[in-house]
Amino acid sequence: MTITEIVTSVFVVTGSILVLLSSIGILRLRDVYSRMHAAGKSSTLGVMSIMTGAVLFFLMDQGNFNFKLLLTIIFIFITAPLAGLAINRSAYRTHVPMCQESTLDELGDAMDVEREKKRLKEFGKSYDYD
Amino acid sequence: MFEIILNISLVITSIALLLALVRAILGPTTSDRILALDTLGMMLVAIIGMVMLLHETVVYADIALVVAIIGFVGTITMAKFIEKGDIIDDN
Repeated sequence: MTITEIVTSVFVVTGSILVLLSSIGILRLRDVYSRMHAAGKSSTLGVMSIMTGAVLFFLMDQGNFNFKLLLTIIFIFITAPLAGLAINRSAYRTHVPMCQESTLDELGDAMDVEREKKRLKEFGKSYDYD
Repeated sequence: MFEIILNISLVITSIALLLALVRAILGPTTSDRILALDTLGMMLVAIIGMVMLLHETVVYADIALVVAIIGFVGTITMAKFIEKGDIIDDN
């Protein structure tokens, strides 16, 4: 194996293991919000690692720098967090339930003023954000 | 040796793709299915990258870019549709 193939192999194996971990997370976690946590980070890093390996391979092996592959990396780096935000926002606004063990819902407290007033009254405080 | 490593990585990524497909079929809510299909599109980009390495050609770069763009647009469209029942805002 040449040094080019060794470097590319390290990137590709790292990326495929990260993709597998993200997929296991999607299958095993319990509600859509924690599944988004698994899918949004590890899958992005895995795909970016594999495409970085491809860019380095074609740069070192054939000597031509392919900008389209680099554009794919930049595009995934920009759009994957946006897709995660859109999915979680739509899931929350269509009242997809959290899993049973969840205890904290700060966004719901901020969005639902009446529920926040009732919650603060239990602690003996008043709601003074009007 | 390099081809063997690439083939093993392709098998690992294919197993990951199957697991995401199981979530897309099972998924209790629509958001789970959108999430699984979004991840599946990104795994397809990874598979195209590894096939490029295996064939030692750069002509598949367009396909990877187009699959990434279509996956993103489809995800945003479905998310906006289940949130508002409408895709293009009027105001």
